[in-house]
Amino acid sequence: MDNLETFQKETRAWLEANCPPEMRRPMQSEEDTCSGGRHWVFQSDAQRLWLERMVAKGWTVPEWPREYGGGGLTRDEAKILRQEMRALGCRSPLNSFGISMLGPALLKYGSEEQKREHLPKIVRGEIRWCQGYSEPGSGSDLASLQTRAEDKGDHFLVNGSKIWTTAANKSDCIFCLVRTDPNAPKHEGISFLLFDMESPGVSTKPITLISGASPFCQTFFDDVLVPKANLVGKLNKGWDVAKYLLTHERDMIGGMGSTSENRSLGQIAGETVGTDNGMLADTVLRGQIAAYEIDALAFRVTMERVGDMAKVGQAHPAVSSLLKYYGTELNKRRMELVMSAGGLDALEWEGERSREGRTARAWLRSKGNSIEGGTSEIQLNIIAKRILGLPGA
Amino acid sequence: MALVLNDEQTMLRDNARGFLGKNAPIAHLRALRDKRDADGFSRALWKDFVEMGWAGILVPQDYGGLGLGHVEAGVVMEELGRTLTPSPFLSTAVLAATAIARAGTEQQKKNYLSRIVAGDLIATLAVDETAKHHPERTAMTAARAGSSFKLNGAKTFVIDGHVANLLIVIARSAAKPGDTGGLTLFLVDASARGIRAERTPTVDTHNAARLTFEDVNVSVDNVLGKIDAGWDVLEGVLNVGRAAVAAEMVGAGEEAFGRTIAYLRERKQFGRLIGEFQALQHRAAHLYCELEVTRSAVLKALQTLDDSFDRAGAIVSVAKARAGLSATLAVQEAIQMHGGIGMTDEFDIGLFMKRVRVGQELFGDANFHADRLARLNRY
Repeated sequence: MDNLETFQKETRAWLEANCPPEMRRPMQSEEDTCSGGRHWVFQSDAQRLWLERMVAKGWTVPEWPREYGGGGLTRDEAKILRQEMRALGCRSPLNSFGISMLGPALLKYGSEEQKREHLPKIVRGEIRWCQGYSEPGSGSDLASLQTRAEDKGDHFLVNGSKIWTTAANKSDCIFCLVRTDPNAPKHEGISFLLFDMESPGVSTKPITLISGASPFCQTFFDDVLVPKANLVGKLNKGWDVAKYLLTHERDMIGGMGSTSENRSLGQIAGETVGTDNGMLADTVLRGQIAAYEIDALAFRVTMERVGDMAKVGQAHPAVSSLLKYYGTELNKRRMELVMSAGGLDALEWEGERSREGRTARAWLRSKGNSIEGGTSEIQLNIIAKRILGLPGA
Repeated sequence: MALVLNDEQTMLRDNARGFLGKNAPIAHLRALRDKRDADGFSRALWKDFVEMGWAGILVPQDYGGLGLGHVEAGVVMEELGRTLTPSPFLSTAVLAATAIARAGTEQQKKNYLSRIVAGDLIATLAVDETAKHHPERTAMTAARAGSSFKLNGAKTFVIDGHVANLLIVIARSAAKPGDTGGLTLFLVDASARGIRAERTPTVDTHNAARLTFEDVNVSVDNVLGKIDAGWDVLEGVLNVGRAAVAAEMVGAGEEAFGRTIAYLRERKQFGRLIGEFQALQHRAAHLYCELEVTRSAVLKALQTLDDSFDRAGAIVSVAKARAGLSATLAVQEAIQMHGGIGMTDEFDIGLFMKRVRVGQELFGDANFHADRLARLNRY
């Protein structure tokens, strides 16, 4: 415990000395956190400085091994770092699919060469990755994907199309599921490939969502040449990598339901519906908010418990489906309450007063949470089958 | 503290589960019910609990108890929830022991705690007066007369009130109903003159009584804690009771759920196992999530009572509200998914529904605790 206490004190002191004040203010938009990549334009010097300082410590990815540029922290130390960052209000220095998705996959399935090539660039935010999973014809039934990679001797030739590729138009590289054996059963003919988005034959088209934003693209591959060395894991064994990655994605999306909010729902509602003796004047809304907060607090504790269970080997491998299902449904419920509390004010779509319709757009965006990364219904299928052992399908 | 049971707690759970499964399964509750047992619980079984140290699980070792924490008490409550075992564990080992250990004078602790540990005393908390839990609205009066108080009023749903030897009574020594100030806790001999106990047969065949107090004299020496300032002690004791009942509901809810899953795996209709139907799979999976999320909150509440007792209010309310709601969902789904057989008295599932309804109501239902959380968070 003494070591951890020392670590905690040192970490706090370091963060206080090194995290610029601008990086401790609440975030206003997604660009407030650096996503990295060849084309990233820093919003401010503070953002660049904060990234550089954290990169030097390896703390953009605190738990990765030092040999790949990570922080080499233990789970407990990383937890302390997160707690201290939260306590001081420090923004994350770098958020990327490389950190949350590709990195863990490479650490588990990548060759030594692949790790040395890609992980340090992810840690430093030099390369921004996107994920090529879903296809226009393959949503929930992901394993039916049709994008094919033909073996041409020294390279693969990739043809097909991906959809819901997050930030494909801003990314440098893609990790992609492709069919390498069209005759095998659907789960057994898939491989996991990496390639550069600047390769000839790659094109992207942004998709405008109901929120008005275009975070996703459709991505097209037309005779794209991919070196054989870019295969991760074994040929036709890409589904294992995909499943492993999906659990990381689910944890990430599920965790969104518990992000620390600047203002509580009770405060937001107090401004619109008024208070009576210190209690919200709309007593029905007050009850709904309290019921939500009960579930939100219990869910936050559940994430803590699942982490502690994982440490002692008690967590069920499919528990990420629980977190994904519960966290996203909770987040949708929260956004409905935010809209209800905001009333007519929350309906504004443009202009400075509503910060370009921030509330309404966030509400609409939240509806995708229970679709992306495997729908709520898919998560319930997984729980029914893998955790509860119910028969059939 | 990690949110998992440690090795000792796991061993306690396994021992409790083994013991209760063998000595107090649901058939035990049925037998007490069917013979209309006058006590409503088995004194022989309670003696076994005493011998295992459970009566003194929360009593400090200085007074002969095991001196364990709320997590451990919760572990036993959860197992009692699985078997629906009626016993004075909640009234005596949890509520009364907590009240005396936290607020008693040295003399009171020596006198009462050792007798609780030895199994010589059944003790309980007499708090509720109305159909819904509102401790601050206590109207029962305690009028000072020289070196004693005179208690007048009535208490309802006093757990084990028909068999208790010692009553811890909350009464109003000052101020008006609705004020949290002006309340005092009294240690009252259940055989004192002026007390009348009427057993309340309840839906779950567990034990409660209605008590009336008519000019009951209590010496000032038997005040528990401070005169007029009993609220904080009461809140602490109630928080422990709430977390304990929440743990019991976790046990009852999960047992009902486990039996339902087993049924989905064996019952056939339309030539298929009904567990193959996605309509039922999704409801079962959703219920599983609710129960797991509740389990986290209840464990966190029990740990918080152990780590920082005075700051446990919010998480205890979260745990109690969730435990009531998710156990209710579990027993409702259990009966629906069992179909017709779930409606029969012969089948056990209905007994879970009955106990869960009581657990939901005890020490504040989900609405009470939602309101409490909103107040704590100032909205």
